[in-house]
Amino acid sequence: MKAAMKKIAVSAVAATALMGASGAMAEGERYVLVSHAPDSDSWWNTIKNGLALAGEQMDVTVEYRNPPTGDLADMARIIEQAAASAPNGIITTLADPDVLSGPIRAAVDSGIDVIIINSGTPEQARELGALMYVGQPEYDAGFAAGLRAAGDGVGSFLCVNHYISSPSSTERCQGFADGLGVELGNQMIDSGQDPSEIQNRVMAYLNANPDTDAVLTLGPTSADPTILALNQMGLAGDIYFGTFDLGGDIVQAIRDGIIQWGIDQQPFLQAYLPVIVLTNYHRFGVLPGNNINSGPGFVTADALDLVAELAGEYR
Amino acid sequence: MSSMGAAADERVKETSNLRKALIRPELGAIVGTVAVFAFFIVFAGDSGMFNAQGVLNWSTVSAQFVIIAVGACMLMIAGEFDLSVGSMIGFAGMSIAIISVTLGWPVWVAILLTFVLCIAIGALNGLIVVRTGLPSFIVTLAFLFILRGFTIFFPQLIERRTIIGGVSERAAGDWLAPVFGGKVGGFFFDWLASMDMIAVFERGTRAGEPIVNGIPMLIIWALGLMIVAHVVLTRTQFGNWIFAAGGDAQAARYVGVPVNRVKIQMFMFTAFCACVFATCQVMEFGSAGADRGLLKEFEAIIAVVIGGALLTGGYGSVIGAALGALIFGVVQQGLFFAGVESSLFRVFLGVILLFAVILNTYIRRIITGER
Repeated sequence: MKAAMKKIAVSAVAATALMGASGAMAEGERYVLVSHAPDSDSWWNTIKNGLALAGEQMDVTVEYRNPPTGDLADMARIIEQAAASAPNGIITTLADPDVLSGPIRAAVDSGIDVIIINSGTPEQARELGALMYVGQPEYDAGFAAGLRAAGDGVGSFLCVNHYISSPSSTERCQGFADGLGVELGNQMIDSGQDPSEIQNRVMAYLNANPDTDAVLTLGPTSADPTILALNQMGLAGDIYFGTFDLGGDIVQAIRDGIIQWGIDQQPFLQAYLPVIVLTNYHRFGVLPGNNINSGPGFVTADALDLVAELAGEYR
Repeated sequence: MSSMGAAADERVKETSNLRKALIRPELGAIVGTVAVFAFFIVFAGDSGMFNAQGVLNWSTVSAQFVIIAVGACMLMIAGEFDLSVGSMIGFAGMSIAIISVTLGWPVWVAILLTFVLCIAIGALNGLIVVRTGLPSFIVTLAFLFILRGFTIFFPQLIERRTIIGGVSERAAGDWLAPVFGGKVGGFFFDWLASMDMIAVFERGTRAGEPIVNGIPMLIIWALGLMIVAHVVLTRTQFGNWIFAAGGDAQAARYVGVPVNRVKIQMFMFTAFCACVFATCQVMEFGSAGADRGLLKEFEAIIAVVIGGALLTGGYGSVIGAALGALIFGVVQQGLFFAGVESSLFRVFLGVILLFAVILNTYIRRIITGER
């Protein structure tokens, strides 16, 4: 009885498996992208779509794998498993080098070409023997934003850091200061994660330093309360305001003229480009000579309609 | 046949062999295991799933499930649940990392202290359940949140991070760490590699060494726990007490079974299993994260239920639970090799769970004779 029931379940899966496998097999290359994101993280949908599109265009088989709950130890198993299935290449994030460097190194050593995307640094990618790193180097992104702001006449700023424990957050602020050509000093505040706390600290800082030219936030967590703070102080639209990453409130604020620009790290490119690079490397032996910066891409009021239209799909 | 001969006892009701086979808890799991392997040999036979690397991959994942399923199985037979297993895994891992890396104590001290701590929390779980008479479902649900909360709070408070690394460096040369994070049988794999029977690294600092260079201690622990638990459950008086406590606690008390003590000890054993899981993980990966072990309590319970144990207690088998864990691990990893979209794994899991529970209910009707 149980056997019969199991067989039904198993053959249902078998049918799905066959449908999935008959996708794109033209040139026979197969690439697996492993992310650290849990199923529930919608930001990664863009990555999935970019991957699928690249697979279609290059006529290669692509697979997306992630630990369902975001457990990094499970992710290490997925990388080991991907390596055991002997694909032509693995595209993976490097969310925690302690956990992931062993499996990634083993994959590289067993002859599989690896590209690191999104998390991690170009240095870590090189140490692991990966072909390249595709992502947004945080310092460079901050620096580019600083240059842009300097061109707009900004001389001092407030960096609202809601994730001060992460070195990359601090690099964003440092890069911005260096781009402006000023000392970071105490222009960066540790705002914490709580919205009302962030709002109050931003207001307190701007009251104490009324000559501040600009505000830089590091993502929706700090940007959304900062928008509220500026509205409350009557500074919205008056003070120069830039932010990292995009979100619903940020896009609306850009439309309203409160935020001058948002920095998009363009996850689409982080999935799309590695497939293109790997395929051409395996077919023709050509490889770009350096790491690829997928960001910073600046989103301003001009290009907003395209962003809003494709938000969650390719942007 | 059995009614002939001196050993026959006219007080024992005769049952047919078919019926005996049907009410064995492992039966469904055995059939399921065969079906699952047959399926993947057909659909993923040449995908790398059955080379040395692939086998090690799904064996390791299955072994993880076995470790927590054995604990959950014993507890479930004793009539209780533990929903705090997943949080306990995160908590234990973080405890080892904080004690060894942040406090700088030797790794073996960290491991032993963590085991003491976890087993004590298990005992507390059991004590609250037994003393208050509340359903263990609720009590351990509370601990699911309490332990997870601490696992996020302490590292943030102490290190301002939620991942603590550097355990590998601290564990180098430690005498206890290899018992959890080591590998055994390396010479055998070297020999296999020298005979060209398994793949070797093609490049890098380890070129020429076999890709699979030993059996992780995780798998040894899984086998060990399974055997010990099976023997205790089926060959000892204590094993009978466990069945009795879960079958009918009041009746068991009347015949002198220390039901409360048995239940508390089973909570402690479950905590011990979670701690073994966590220690193996931390020793292998060298870091502890606040999100480790999420949802593992349900995976353990699912494996046990697939293995034929009844949710009502008093009936089940460790071998069945281990086979349930094997099915779980093989399917989870195998669907990847067969090229199935990973989100469909959950669909399959739900389907297999539903069938297992329906079948178990049917079996219980046979046993109890209810209609």
